[in-house]
Amino acid sequence: MKELKILAVVIFFTGLVYWGVEPYAHSVMHKHVEGHNFVYDGKSDLEVLNEKVEEIKKSMASATDEKTKKAAEEELKKYENKIKDTKAFWAHVEKIAALKGNAANGKNAISACAGCHGIKAAGIKAPTDALTASKTYGVNPPDLSNAGALYDPKFLAAFILDPAHGAFVKKIAMPAGMGGSDQNIADIIAYLKSIAPKEITPKQAFESACGRCHAMRYAKWTQIGTVPKTKPNIKTGQDIEGLKFKEKVAEYQNNLAKYLGKLPPDLSIIIRARSEHYLATFVENPQSHLFGTAMPRVGVTKEAFEKVKTYLEEVGDSSKPKREAVGPWVLGFMIIFTILAYLWYKSQWKGLK
Amino acid sequence: MAHFDPNARPFSHKWLNERLAIDTLEKVLAKEYWIPKNINFLWAMGMVLATTFGLLLISGIFLLMYYIPDTKQAFDSVNHTIMQEVGYGWLWRHIHGVAASIVFLIIYIHMFTGIYYGSYKRGRELIWLSGMLLFVTFSAEAFAGYVLPWGQMSYWAGMVITNLFEGFSSDFLGGHLHFPGLVEWIRGNYVPSQAFLGRFFMLHVVLLPLVIIGLIVLHFGALRIPHVNNQDGEEIDFEAEAEKWKAGLRKESKVIPFKPVFLSKDVFVLGIYLTFFFYLVFYHFEFAMDPVNFDPANPLKTPPHIYPEWYFLWSYEVLRAFPKNPGLIAFGFAQVIFFLLPFLDRSPNVAPANRRGLFKIWFWVLLIDMVGLTILGKLPPVGIYTPFGKAFAYIFIALWLILPFITKAEKPIGGK
Amino acid sequence: MSDRRDFMGKVLGAWAGLGALGALYAAKRTWDPLPSVKAAGKTVVDVSGAKENELHTELWRGKPVFVMKVSPNDPAHKDKRLVQIGNDKFFVAIGLCTHLGCIPTYFPEKHKFICPCHGGQFNSAGEVLKSPPPKPLVIPPFKVEGTKLVLGEEGEQYKKLKAAGVVA
Ligand code: HEM
Ligand code: FES
Repeated sequence: MKELKILAVVIFFTGLVYWGVEPYAHSVMHKHVEGHNFVYDGKSDLEVLNEKVEEIKKSMASATDEKTKKAAEEELKKYENKIKDTKAFWAHVEKIAALKGNAANGKNAISACAGCHGIKAAGIKAPTDALTASKTYGVNPPDLSNAGALYDPKFLAAFILDPAHGAFVKKIAMPAGMGGSDQNIADIIAYLKSIAPKEITPKQAFESACGRCHAMRYAKWTQIGTVPKTKPNIKTGQDIEGLKFKEKVAEYQNNLAKYLGKLPPDLSIIIRARSEHYLATFVENPQSHLFGTAMPRVGVTKEAFEKVKTYLEEVGDSSKPKREAVGPWVLGFMIIFTILAYLWYKSQWKGLK
Repeated sequence: MAHFDPNARPFSHKWLNERLAIDTLEKVLAKEYWIPKNINFLWAMGMVLATTFGLLLISGIFLLMYYIPDTKQAFDSVNHTIMQEVGYGWLWRHIHGVAASIVFLIIYIHMFTGIYYGSYKRGRELIWLSGMLLFVTFSAEAFAGYVLPWGQMSYWAGMVITNLFEGFSSDFLGGHLHFPGLVEWIRGNYVPSQAFLGRFFMLHVVLLPLVIIGLIVLHFGALRIPHVNNQDGEEIDFEAEAEKWKAGLRKESKVIPFKPVFLSKDVFVLGIYLTFFFYLVFYHFEFAMDPVNFDPANPLKTPPHIYPEWYFLWSYEVLRAFPKNPGLIAFGFAQVIFFLLPFLDRSPNVAPANRRGLFKIWFWVLLIDMVGLTILGKLPPVGIYTPFGKAFAYIFIALWLILPFITKAEKPIGGK
Repeated sequence: MSDRRDFMGKVLGAWAGLGALGALYAAKRTWDPLPSVKAAGKTVVDVSGAKENELHTELWRGKPVFVMKVSPNDPAHKDKRLVQIGNDKFFVAIGLCTHLGCIPTYFPEKHKFICPCHGGQFNSAGEVLKSPPPKPLVIPPFKVEGTKLVLGEEGEQYKKLKAAGVVA
């Protein structure tokens, strides 16, 4: 039929344009990063470093003057050493991971951590409030009550052994070697696991794992906690309690920005701004997408990431369930509409040709 | 002299007829508005466009109730209040966003239908010109709307597009075509900011919609006398054919009344279109709601890739293919050249392109070239894409330069 | 024109009308108050420092709420609409005239509210002394917690007043 042929032509060109400007263009524009299913063993770090080495080699080959060539050579050496380091580091981590931790011993060993971290679950209060801590460290050291539930044990081993290496960032507030011997580290991890809650809510997962650096204004969350309910003075309209809290957040954010080089973005609606694959692979290893970023790898397990994602969706795309519920009804309505319209059309055009 | 029956029941048919002439109105506008029988579903695109414009208008009205045109609040008023708090606010926004994108797909189909069947000639020049004015106004409307959520793409699109008005570089023609002050005047500031948002808000919700409504009326008015074209470009004696229809010769008459006969087909096509449309609204909206625009505007950081919405890509690519000054000229050329189509086509033939010799090739090359420009316009200007973009841009310009010659040489069809 | 041709057009029209009803429902929901507006409906007032016969105005759901410790020599002191907080009787009501919504002014020496708009009058328990207001000032849902008054929650006393039919 002629009309169907015309329709086929229209669909072909529409489809071609769509393919070109959507899937194809995006595959060209965005770097593809393979996920590692939240397994932390240094593989993805090595991939990032190797990629960097390739890049330097390429620039070396195309360099014309001696000076750039020299600089590139030095860069190359630096990265080759880093690769060696990384391999050795993760081999060490594997050794710790193979040890059997003793939670009872870990309870004593963790006193070394309590100098900076609170552990509410064990009745240990944080030494200072969030704002004061940020003055010293740039960021508030997390309470460790949930750590055993959120973070992968191998990642924890790597992080306690050497935080910058484990988090795969240039600098981080926590110093290396705080965990003591390998066995000590294994004990601490066992202890953290023993005190962690069995079930953790999506909100808790987000607040513990991301919420000290990222605000989420649609959930009234700031880096130092939930915005308190305050009331303005009825005669002046001034809300001093609220302003005081705002000031604290502002100070904390300034400290954080100084420490990280920039203020991490608010995550209220990040679920619509980035694809799920991007979010997963970015959280797993921020350097794989944004080389040089100050965001540390936080080391969440796959389950913990799913929780975080659930929360991002609850806050950033809360109408999704409604959208999915209404969709079939509207489409069903339109299909019946089209069938009725077809019957009307057929009845009107009968005997015309 | 008007006659008013004192006994007519208020608001009865008779009563209304005496005051508003509703029967005559219906007759003139619908029941005796004659459409050729020999047309295909592409002639329903006008109604599809009118309907989509209606959807934009209705969804826009609901968005307007909670949208706040303030650079500090716009983003959250859309992404939090409307998308997550207002009952069905997300539905209005998705309808509005998807319709704003899809309306251009339909406009392009509508335009290429006109080009293919030669519907811009022989009395239909004003239909074409008013259509082009609609295209330009819709483009401005879409751009102004894109600014409103004040996301990263809103801000940077605002920055880049307004910078075009700077004109040529200061060393070109003694700097007489360099207008740095104009950019600031358009923005009301050195950068896109509150003044810019406020005026684009006004343009998007008041001025441009009014202009569009006026142009739609003009477009419909321009259709009245020449009537719509048909699949063979046949010149129909509408009066004679209408008489046949009225005499009950439904089969023999070459025309049908708009209501109800043509309408029934329009509505059927609309049904198919709207099914597809709502599928996009509920399940496939990302193409129309760019994820980058879910990052709030940041005047200190340009997104790694910036590109216009898909429907501007072909002319953007023409701009990008050249250095600044020639690029602007080429861009200006691309913006106006479609207006001149009725005058650049020198052939008297009103017929489908496939019966028009070289014009047939011209049509398909133009279509493919514009598809190519659109795709290249989105790709980053690196590697192989750059020379391809240049080649497609040159072809685009060349096509229009040769059009008068190939149409002049075209043989008249059917001994006319 | 055959009947069948017309018939299908009518069926289609009816179906489209159904769709329009659906769209109207969505439109109606769009006009509803936002959930955040509905959720923000609680205000806590501490009345421990209240002075007798001195009107205090609070803001609850955007409306003024009158709170006043009623002095024993006020003729309205025995009114059943008053709220017992500790050993004292309090007048609690939404401060909008039940006629057309203006805010009545309190005259402490007269123990009376007078509405500036059309001259309606209320006593210090909110009962109408002079029309046009048709009903006493409305008592909002409240709950007493020690010396605190929580507006927006239904406590024991409120439930009793409501059962007695005197809150609105
Ligand atoms: C929102 C924008 C527009 C609306 C609502 C609209 C509406 C319509 C309608 C209802 C018709 C008659 C039915 C049909 O042939 O489809 C029509 C015809 C036409 N339109 Fe448009 N139109 C729009 C934009 C345009 C544009 C951008 C162009 C091209 C520059 C254009 C060119 C034409 C032409 C040439 C015809 C005559 C078709 C023929 O005679 O076969 N229109 N339009
Ligand atoms: S509003 Fe108070 S008397 Fe009319």
